[in-house]
Amino acid sequence: MGAPDNNLVAATLRMDRGRLMAALIARLGDFQLAEDCLQDAVEAALIHWGRSGVPDNPQAWLLRVAQRKAIDRFRRDARSRAYAAELAALEREDDAMAVPHDIPDHRLRLIFTCCHPALERKTRVALTLRTLGGLTTDEIARAFLDKPATMAQRLSRARKKIQTAAIPFTIPDDANLPERVSSVLTVIYLIFNEGYAATEGDAQLRVDLCEEALFLARLMWQLCPDDAEVAGLLALILLTHARRAARMDDTGGYVPLKAQDRGIWDRAAIEEGRGLVEWALAQGRVGRFQLQAAIAALHGEAASAAATDWRQIVALYRLLARMSPEPVVRLNLALARAEVDGAGQALADVDHLEDALSAYQPFHAARAELLARLDHLGEAELAYARAISLTQVRSEQAFLRGQLALVQKKRPSSRLGRSPTGR
Amino acid sequence: MKYMALIYDAPVSRPDPTPGTPEFAAMMEPWEKLTQIYIDAGIMGGGEALMPVETATSVRVRGGKTETMDGPFAETKEQLGGFYILDCKDLDEALHYAAMIPVAETGTIEVRPVMDLG
Repeated sequence: MGAPDNNLVAATLRMDRGRLMAALIARLGDFQLAEDCLQDAVEAALIHWGRSGVPDNPQAWLLRVAQRKAIDRFRRDARSRAYAAELAALEREDDAMAVPHDIPDHRLRLIFTCCHPALERKTRVALTLRTLGGLTTDEIARAFLDKPATMAQRLSRARKKIQTAAIPFTIPDDANLPERVSSVLTVIYLIFNEGYAATEGDAQLRVDLCEEALFLARLMWQLCPDDAEVAGLLALILLTHARRAARMDDTGGYVPLKAQDRGIWDRAAIEEGRGLVEWALAQGRVGRFQLQAAIAALHGEAASAAATDWRQIVALYRLLARMSPEPVVRLNLALARAEVDGAGQALADVDHLEDALSAYQPFHAARAELLARLDHLGEAELAYARAISLTQVRSEQAFLRGQLALVQKKRPSSRLGRSPTGR
Repeated sequence: MKYMALIYDAPVSRPDPTPGTPEFAAMMEPWEKLTQIYIDAGIMGGGEALMPVETATSVRVRGGKTETMDGPFAETKEQLGGFYILDCKDLDEALHYAAMIPVAETGTIEVRPVMDLG
């Protein structure tokens, strides 16, 4: 009887963990205590929701129970005198909370804490994903190719440092804002990526995380309305997210950009994104998110894959590669060049990236597609097989298997080829 | 919350000026200004400058036996030259004031919370 509710508790946490944590930290002033009390509340939910049914407002239920757990802890705690003020406020609040209400949104303060430069960069991303994205420690460990125990240790060290070094739970002052905003934007971008190309299980899209990133990007834009890169990131997320309905077919299969039904792209989101890109680029402080958004805008306004302004996309990727010469950016530049200078040139560029990207699924998928276009079918088969072995997302695996089958059909010598009419 | 700002810098080869000379006063001026800033802000919890590392002696006890060694604990390029105790509301405030220490531009300031044993 408890089993289906385990899923509901998990789903509630996935959506609202950040909001609940932020509300608890604002009230309790203690990151680890908030984490522990929320965990207590979750355990209570697993028992009560199975027995008495799911409450009307599960989030408010969890917050109220978590705060009661805090009251219990304060009362038990020998140091409770130090928390007398918090205890009194919590007790006053408990009665008021009997009526369902909106939970105040302190997530922006929380994201500045989680992205504080006193924490190691990898820790910032992991902590934000855990605290605001609501990912499990296992999922984060997988994203980083770490052991779950190692990641759990990293997260608990981070919470301890936040508490003992008194890393503040506030929006930074003007002098520190640019550096702190940049750190936050990188983290939001990574959260969006996590939602967009989920590392786990079945779904190509994890809409909740994408929406979470979109929400956080919008909050950042409200806070920093003069910052072109904030606008750039919001635009990038809007323009990419606008294509979500077209990225999956009716059976949940992955659909690449070229084959997507552009009629079901979210036009309002594309228009909003384009407007932001135009405003941002006019500020004359170009950044990597603005460039990526400009590329996404060009895709968004093209009536078809063939009508896409690939030359301008190549030019933008070149700027981007100069600004951040990461292998993945160079891979995308090579793929854009395929549309302008041909697959042969692109393949030569892509092959240069082998050392850096040999464990990266999209590298092998892209290489396979170029090889197939050039009729190097045997090599294309091998590259597809490698790509399939590198993804855990089933819809991607299915798509890649479909592509592999097409290549095998064209190739009579293949043992798996079914075509009797091969040349 | 109390923080200790530990001031690390590469030792200078030339000797420090003699107290009482105009050179000494010039050397001390930014430090006196800084200390006044800390006092005015109400965060000054103390601080000392240390004599150069050549004057350091390290001691440890191993198996009940006291071992005494000439020199600092770690022989590195940058050495602990002094410290401030800063009483700040959070790490951001402590980092803000620690960044004002003149040595921050040549060496490194390590900021650590002081353990509260109360």
